[in-house]
Amino acid sequence: MADTLVHDVAESAPVPERRRPPRVRKTPTTYALRAIATVYLFLLVAWPVSLVVTNTFADGVGAITSLFEDPDMVVALQLSAYVAVWSVVINTLFGVGISLLLVRYEFPGKRLLNALLDLPLSVSPIVVGLALVLVYGGRNGWLGPTLAGWGLEVIFSTPGIIMATTFVALPLMIRELVPVLEEIGVEQEQAAQSLGASGFQRFWRITLPSIRWGIVYGVVLTLARSLGEFGAVKVVSGNVLGQTRTATLAVEEKYLNFDQQGAYATAFLLAMVSVACIVIVAIIRPKNHA
Amino acid sequence: MTSTEIAAVRPARTPRRSGPRNTLTRSSGLGLGIAMIWFSALVLIPLAAVVVTAADGGWQAFWNTITGPQTAAAIRLTVFTALSVTAVNVVMGPLIAWVLVRDRFWGKSVLEVMIDIPFALPTIVAGLVLLSLYGDADSPLGIDIANERPAVFLAFLFVTLPFVVRMVQPVLEELELDVEEAAASLGASRFTTFRRIILPSLTPAITAGAALSFARGVSEYGSLVLLSGNLPFKTEVTSVRILSSIENDNVVAAASVATVLLAISLAVIVLLDVIQRRVAARG
Repeated sequence: MADTLVHDVAESAPVPERRRPPRVRKTPTTYALRAIATVYLFLLVAWPVSLVVTNTFADGVGAITSLFEDPDMVVALQLSAYVAVWSVVINTLFGVGISLLLVRYEFPGKRLLNALLDLPLSVSPIVVGLALVLVYGGRNGWLGPTLAGWGLEVIFSTPGIIMATTFVALPLMIRELVPVLEEIGVEQEQAAQSLGASGFQRFWRITLPSIRWGIVYGVVLTLARSLGEFGAVKVVSGNVLGQTRTATLAVEEKYLNFDQQGAYATAFLLAMVSVACIVIVAIIRPKNHA
Repeated sequence: MTSTEIAAVRPARTPRRSGPRNTLTRSSGLGLGIAMIWFSALVLIPLAAVVVTAADGGWQAFWNTITGPQTAAAIRLTVFTALSVTAVNVVMGPLIAWVLVRDRFWGKSVLEVMIDIPFALPTIVAGLVLLSLYGDADSPLGIDIANERPAVFLAFLFVTLPFVVRMVQPVLEELELDVEEAAASLGASRFTTFRRIILPSLTPAITAGAALSFARGVSEYGSLVLLSGNLPFKTEVTSVRILSSIENDNVVAAASVATVLLAISLAVIVLLDVIQRRVAARG
């Protein structure tokens, strides 16, 4: 760990950001590549996304305001927000804890755990939903009937939606924090320990302040991912109008019921939140790495 | 160059290989225990339940399910499309990363933000977004591929956009321009410099990004719902196949197809781990 730290410092020192631009030769290839990249991103991302905005406001702001007048839609938006907050809280606690363990300690099976933690990113959302139903399903699940006996309904209910959402967003916080923790090292904490600081004091006054931007970044990514989860939630929620229907499920519902305006308006709201998240991240990131 | 580096690194590494060390204290051990219980309850036990349920039906039933004509067609379409999208990303990803790192022009920060949009945008919204330009009767481009095979390709292309770019970008930023300039001053053409100097250092990042984008493509669901129409034998992908089995209460069939997807995810995870070790070993 210590040698990577030295390596990083040695490598970043002689290459200051500002020296780069004048050293790049502008050849026709440069302009050609710039044009290809711009056109590709314009056709794939910018133009389609901008069309959602124009479609939403085709008839003025009425489409947006009518969303908030529909009580079922308000419930759906509230449910999405509620689930996303839970997912962020759970994944932040779990992420900070497991990242500290992975970076600071050696234990058997660490490499396997490290690899498995990335699994939720590459598993299909439908498989996530199926997996949760198989274990927590009220009728035939492995644990579902027992939990139902205790009065806890998981599947087709809010806890199931929270679990599905937490599952798909799980690796994001860890992926942010592990590199930051590796970079800061343990010297400061050891110094604090030798001066008599308790474990909690060391965490609260040294570790937490130095990883706070990593946590903020992780929270933003987790929030965006959680608000937008669709497939896994579709399987576990049952999509009951006004009860377990989230905002993303409402987009599908509205579109299939030929309420295109409503679908575009809901999509616009969700897209606004995720674009806001990316912009916040883009503003935070340079500070973090400065 | 690399051989001396490895030689320099090796003595430092050997003590670590002497056996699995355990530096857990009592409180950190307790923390690990709690974290593992939660991770098992949320991820490991449910995923194991998928495999166990698939195995319940026996090997023959499993094989019959995944080779059934409709399912096999869905798996073929998904894997083939994910592979071709990955091929496009392997070319476009490094190209975009190069433009973002080496080029300076007005509006570059906007491109930077656009790369992340597919990652942050809810998948169902991504489908709707693509539909408005490429699948609408009054599309400004006059293109309507809704419910056609190219729609699946387009949806995969959109959602996998960030992976190769974001893997390659940091590596490209770390590359020293001096080495390229040295090569150029020794008479290497730009193409030779690219092929002999830049490409080898980018290969691990490109491979990792390609693996992630393949895995994401294979498991995609949300963006296809509105865009592809989910027509059997035509635009139906594996995830949709699993969902319809779930809806028909055929859990064993759903679990069997899901096991195939899980195997692909696991293969990708293992590949990524191997690449990480290689890069770390290289220093």
